[in-house]
Amino acid sequence: MRINLSQKKIRDSFVEKVQQLSGQNLLVCYQCGKCSAGCPAVAEMDILPNQVIRFAQLGLKEELLNCRAIWACASCLTCNVRCPKGIKIAEVMEAIRQILLRQRLDHVDINKIPPEKRKEFPAIALISNFRKFTS
Amino acid sequence: MKIAYYPGCTLKAHGKNFEESALCSLKELGIEVFEIPRWNCCGTVFSLAADDVIHHIAPLRNLIRAQEAGFNSVVTLCAMCYNTLKRSKSRFDENLDIREKIQRFMDEEKIQLNGSFKILHYLEFLRDEIKFENLTRQVVKPLKGLKVANYYGCLLVRPKEIGFDDMENPTIMDNLIDGLGAKAIDFPYKTECCGAYQTVDKPQVVILRTAQILKAAQERGADVVAVSCPLCAFNLDYRQKDVRQAEGDFKLIPVLYFTQLMAIALGCPETSLRFDLHEVDPRPILKEKGLI
Repeated sequence: MRINLSQKKIRDSFVEKVQQLSGQNLLVCYQCGKCSAGCPAVAEMDILPNQVIRFAQLGLKEELLNCRAIWACASCLTCNVRCPKGIKIAEVMEAIRQILLRQRLDHVDINKIPPEKRKEFPAIALISNFRKFTS
Repeated sequence: MKIAYYPGCTLKAHGKNFEESALCSLKELGIEVFEIPRWNCCGTVFSLAADDVIHHIAPLRNLIRAQEAGFNSVVTLCAMCYNTLKRSKSRFDENLDIREKIQRFMDEEKIQLNGSFKILHYLEFLRDEIKFENLTRQVVKPLKGLKVANYYGCLLVRPKEIGFDDMENPTIMDNLIDGLGAKAIDFPYKTECCGAYQTVDKPQVVILRTAQILKAAQERGADVVAVSCPLCAFNLDYRQKDVRQAEGDFKLIPVLYFTQLMAIALGCPETSLRFDLHEVDPRPILKEKGLI
């Protein structure tokens, strides 16, 4: 994977926004990879959780806003409780999702779920899915 | 003893087997249950965005309803409700800015929430208030010969400040199950996420995880899997038909709420177990073991 780094990207307001929304200091991460090692969703991810943090430090906005990883995360919090630096990785994932959702860029469209399937789901599945994946 | 009870949405529909078995077990234990009036959905997930305050309102209002009725704690069954109620309360207690903002928003509420108000999961209530040894004394039908893999999932144990047990190796359900006369089976997937709400838009992910989790339980000899979360229950139970479709030789395994096992052990009638709500029927294995 080729990545272009620049001072402009690193100082972009995107980095600040992610830190604000997540309440995390991204620079605390020293890339040990423990979050990715324990994540049950990595098989579905194009960028691993530790890479999400690294990309966010470097202001790689487009890569993050277009990645699959943030939608594969189910906020199970395994990464959060194992991070030796106390970074809440799930909160960083949430921050990136929120940047998209707050522009009404929904990840899930209920109309695309067949009505007979919708009926099968308990309230808890639908409400949590829409809370996480729609604006 | 009388407790305030918060059911949450799913326990009134798909999760009726969870609620009815729990209420029957409470009755057998001689505990009076007061369902809090005018309760609303807790929102199911705790907001992880630092600036999102509005989503803490719904869970907090439920706590106010319980406090208004004269209680200083509330017991809940659903792991997701438990997590959301408890984390919102912690955020409210710990962050003065957020607390003031919420109090201003809810200024029509007649009382303010006590700092000491507690949110208890039923498992925690059984361990700390009833005590497992007292529960064991009330068992009329020990679950002899039944091997149970206890699946804790995510939100009952994480994050640390919320959970009431070890995050990596919780044992509370195992201790309860052993106390009912069954044999708890330890297995490595007991706190591994089932995929949760991904079941709605990415079912294939949940199908894979369900297969992994259940096979690990079966390999260790489990007859049934016990859960405390209606979303885990849905994924692990209802997704088995999809696993079967993908892998013809997959062996089905019943998924029960821990409260159903309690209800059997305490002598509740079979009608309170609501087996009609299960995809994989637990009756054959329970009959084989002489439990129903």
